[in-house]
Amino acid sequence: MEALAIYQRLAEQFGDRILETVSKKPDPFCVVDPAAIVEVAQYLHDDPELAMDCLSNQSGVDYKDRIEVVYHLFSYSHRHGAVLKVKLPRENPAVRTVESVWKSANWMEREIFDLLGVTFDGHSDLRRILLPEDWVGYPLRKDFVEPLEYHGISTVRESPILRLDPKAK
Amino acid sequence: MSLLNTLPDYVLTTKTDELLNWMRKSSLWYMLFGLACCAIELMHTGGPRADIERFGATPRASARQSDLMIVAGTLTLKMALRTRLLYDQMPDPKYVIAMGSCASCGGLFQLAYSVCDGVDKILPVDVYVPGCPPRPEALTEGLLKLQEKIMTERWLSRGNASHNGVTAA
Repeated sequence: MEALAIYQRLAEQFGDRILETVSKKPDPFCVVDPAAIVEVAQYLHDDPELAMDCLSNQSGVDYKDRIEVVYHLFSYSHRHGAVLKVKLPRENPAVRTVESVWKSANWMEREIFDLLGVTFDGHSDLRRILLPEDWVGYPLRKDFVEPLEYHGISTVRESPILRLDPKAK
Repeated sequence: MSLLNTLPDYVLTTKTDELLNWMRKSSLWYMLFGLACCAIELMHTGGPRADIERFGATPRASARQSDLMIVAGTLTLKMALRTRLLYDQMPDPKYVIAMGSCASCGGLFQLAYSVCDGVDKILPVDVYVPGCPPRPEALTEGLLKLQEKIMTERWLSRGNASHNGVTAA
């Protein structure tokens, strides 16, 4: 099934909780109400004609005025895919976890939490996955400022060219 | 007629310092410690073509049995604390080779938020080996430079048997 036909079906099923459908190539996507994401995901997973059995990628994007979480879905039995997006406010972004639908969301949601600070309500083990536990801030946010040191290790390295030639800048 | 000429042929004479240094440089056991792609070149260097075991350098699985730490790869801030711990577990005298651009100064990833800009920020480095990654020949050259450095050490005339000072290969 074509992606746009899938979104058409979702719009019929969920009405105004599918906020927007964008037919931009190469990946047409639809924007879903964050409150309905688990129901939509469950429907896409369970419906025998859609059968999205694989969450191939889940990622987050900071657009300065909002944060988006993007779901790339794929169906191995029907060989079709779909892209869902939810738009979240930049202050305390939170959305319900889809871990109950696709188990693989666990680590991907932890990564989005680690790097962008999106909270996934109902997640079974929401803690940092890559960065150290005591890291301050979310580094993929556009307004992230790198700290000058980490446990006494300076994060700035002076240029050897400046040391050799003070006139060079 | 000096005393030396009276000794039989099978007796060799040397200086204590030189004997100690020769023994140390000929049994530089390095810790198996790979952080990124440089570790592949490190494996090549230990393999049959470059074969640094010719020079007495053999891999050890434990920091407590090692004399030499070859920092092979990008050092993240998270790993930096653990690297310092491993270095502290090594018995004196101990030596460090910073292998490749990343271990020397952060390399390609110097501006990344999560990368420690060079292993010399956390522990003393004896030999820097440039390259991205260095070829096995380059690492072998670095090991030979370290052996040269070890041969210049004077243990008896010094109060404590700790080494310091940094040289570049």
